[in-house]
Amino acid sequence: MSTFEPTLLARISKTDSQLLETYRRDGGYEGFKKALGMAPVDVINLVKDSGLRGRGGAGFPTGLKWTFLPKDHPGPIYLAINGDESEPATFNNRILMEQDPHQVLEGIAISCYAIKSKKAYIYLRYEYGRSYRALKKAIEECYAAGLFGKNIHGTGFDLDVVLHRGAAAYICGEETGLIESLEGKRAWPRIKPPFPAIEGLFRKPTIVNNIETMACVKQILDRGADWFKSMGVPPDPSNPRDAGSYGPKLYCISGHVNKPGCVELPMGITARQLIDEHGGGVWKGRKAKAVVPGGISMGFLSASELDTPLDFNGPGKVGCLGLGTAAITVIDDHTSMVDVLFNCARFFAHESCGQCTPCREGTAWMHKILARIRMGEGQSRDLDLLTEVASSMGIIPGTTICGLSDGAAWPIKNAIKKFRSEFEEYIQTGRKTVKPSDALMEVH
Amino acid sequence: MGVLSEELRDQIRAQFPNYPNKRAVVLPALHLVQDAQRHVSIEAVREIAELLELHPSEVHDTMSFYQFFKDEKHKLGKHRVWVCRSISCMLRGGEELLQHMCEKLHVHPGQTSADGKVTMEFAECLGACDGAPCILVDDEAHMNITPEKADELLKSL
Ligand SMILES: Cc1cc2nc3c(=O)[nH]c(=O)nc-3n(C[C@H](O)[C@H](O)[C@H](O)COP(=O)(O)O)c2cc1C
Ligand code: SF4
Ligand code: FES
Repeated sequence: MSTFEPTLLARISKTDSQLLETYRRDGGYEGFKKALGMAPVDVINLVKDSGLRGRGGAGFPTGLKWTFLPKDHPGPIYLAINGDESEPATFNNRILMEQDPHQVLEGIAISCYAIKSKKAYIYLRYEYGRSYRALKKAIEECYAAGLFGKNIHGTGFDLDVVLHRGAAAYICGEETGLIESLEGKRAWPRIKPPFPAIEGLFRKPTIVNNIETMACVKQILDRGADWFKSMGVPPDPSNPRDAGSYGPKLYCISGHVNKPGCVELPMGITARQLIDEHGGGVWKGRKAKAVVPGGISMGFLSASELDTPLDFNGPGKVGCLGLGTAAITVIDDHTSMVDVLFNCARFFAHESCGQCTPCREGTAWMHKILARIRMGEGQSRDLDLLTEVASSMGIIPGTTICGLSDGAAWPIKNAIKKFRSEFEEYIQTGRKTVKPSDALMEVH
Repeated sequence: MGVLSEELRDQIRAQFPNYPNKRAVVLPALHLVQDAQRHVSIEAVREIAELLELHPSEVHDTMSFYQFFKDEKHKLGKHRVWVCRSISCMLRGGEELLQHMCEKLHVHPGQTSADGKVTMEFAECLGACDGAPCILVDDEAHMNITPEKADELLKSL
């Protein structure tokens, strides 16, 4: 492990890392050039062979997704890049876009060539002003240098990249919510199928990929599929659906640690390693009570589950929804899980798009019940009520359109299962942790 | 001549070539108008609709979905300050920070300070959790904010 060299983050702390000039000096856009000399299908096969799975949360194999596009489509085909990054505790896309925008853009150019798309839209969350300015400048540099535009390098390949700013709504990260939002509408996710690859943006075949996925594509072009596959975790033989977890991954560490940050490591690192070896340990000399494994939608690891490998397969083995965004939040043993869960529930109640009744009503009720418990007015049956509400919403039970509701339900089910005695004691002793600041946020 | 200046109209029209239809320009147009006028009035909605060849209700429908855009009753101050209330910031004092800043400005979230300079808001995760608690001033993140740093920041606006 000591020999591991970061690639995705290799340039981020260099001087002027955002500039085309320095990027080129570091071998930038050579991968794109290489791709342009290949047949598009060979680029797809290379990405397939690497085992790359999407970094946006669902972990779908990237090369395979690309093959779902209709064959010989007259076009247009779109690439929609998901830069909405709004899952609480997640910030790795931001670091890539702010510090090394050309790496992301090169991945986009390569991907467009592979899928025969002449137009990429980057859907960027509004809050990322610095990313917006870094990408905007980098795109302008690419046009000026003939890397984007018409007939690139005399190959006949045309490419336009458009930056599109969101307006502060988590649901725009869901791929069909993103598409609706880009089309100028409310971001109500669409029923699937049809999947975006068949009918997506402007009703045309569309691939939606994450920012970090794009950076991986660029590295695969430079270093090859075998390099990517030399890192990470092979498929678990006991899980026939596991396609393996290869390559480097950007892990985010936040919450109660001494050194929050983003680190690049081979897939499969454990939460304990992230905390102790990369996050400077739990702050104030305390112990971790719980860890969010990959954004709050995934649920919680308890203190006894910290050795779970954070690959695509690991968190599911201990009852979490999945790896999600591989962003861990550490919760110390002085913190009430009731407060933590309330915070998660409030987030989803605020961010549900309201289209499906079980999600709109369910997230609102879970928020209300937890608020009541925090006021010292909880009853022991509230815990079963919360679990019941949570179990009735989501794609998994089949009552809703998108995965936001599964992500809203999971932390509730998980916390009550793994920390039930703490919740019971809280209710029975009539504890109250409501804060004055709560009143300021009641309206929403 | 309506509420949208010719310059704003040109900026909106300049977005057309980026998209296969004009409806996709709704969000860029709302951003341009709100940046310039600190809110999007109903008259501006009508004028955007006209430019984009839409019914005003279509523009209004999109606008109202995103609480980000403000109507005449909720006009923004010169700056917008958002305090993150999501998990990583909450664990490191984000909610107390929100309270401190609201008290300092004598406002509730959503309101603007008496001098019209700052509209205070709370936000969900700003994607800067490595600097929790953090705040956004307009669209620039400021990280590891203590009450003292917050006071200084407010003074500098
Ligand atoms: C509620 C919800 C929010 C999501 N937010 C994001 C996001 O902010 N960024 C992202 O890349 N994917 C997000 N996703 C996953 C996307 O729907 C999609 O799977 C992903 O962008 C595909 O890219 P990838 O294959 O490269 O991972 C979200 C999914 C859901 C259900
Ligand atoms: S599950 Fe929730 S967020 Fe997703 S479409 Fe339905 S209401 Fe909207
Ligand atoms: S939780 Fe506050 S920035 Fe992420």
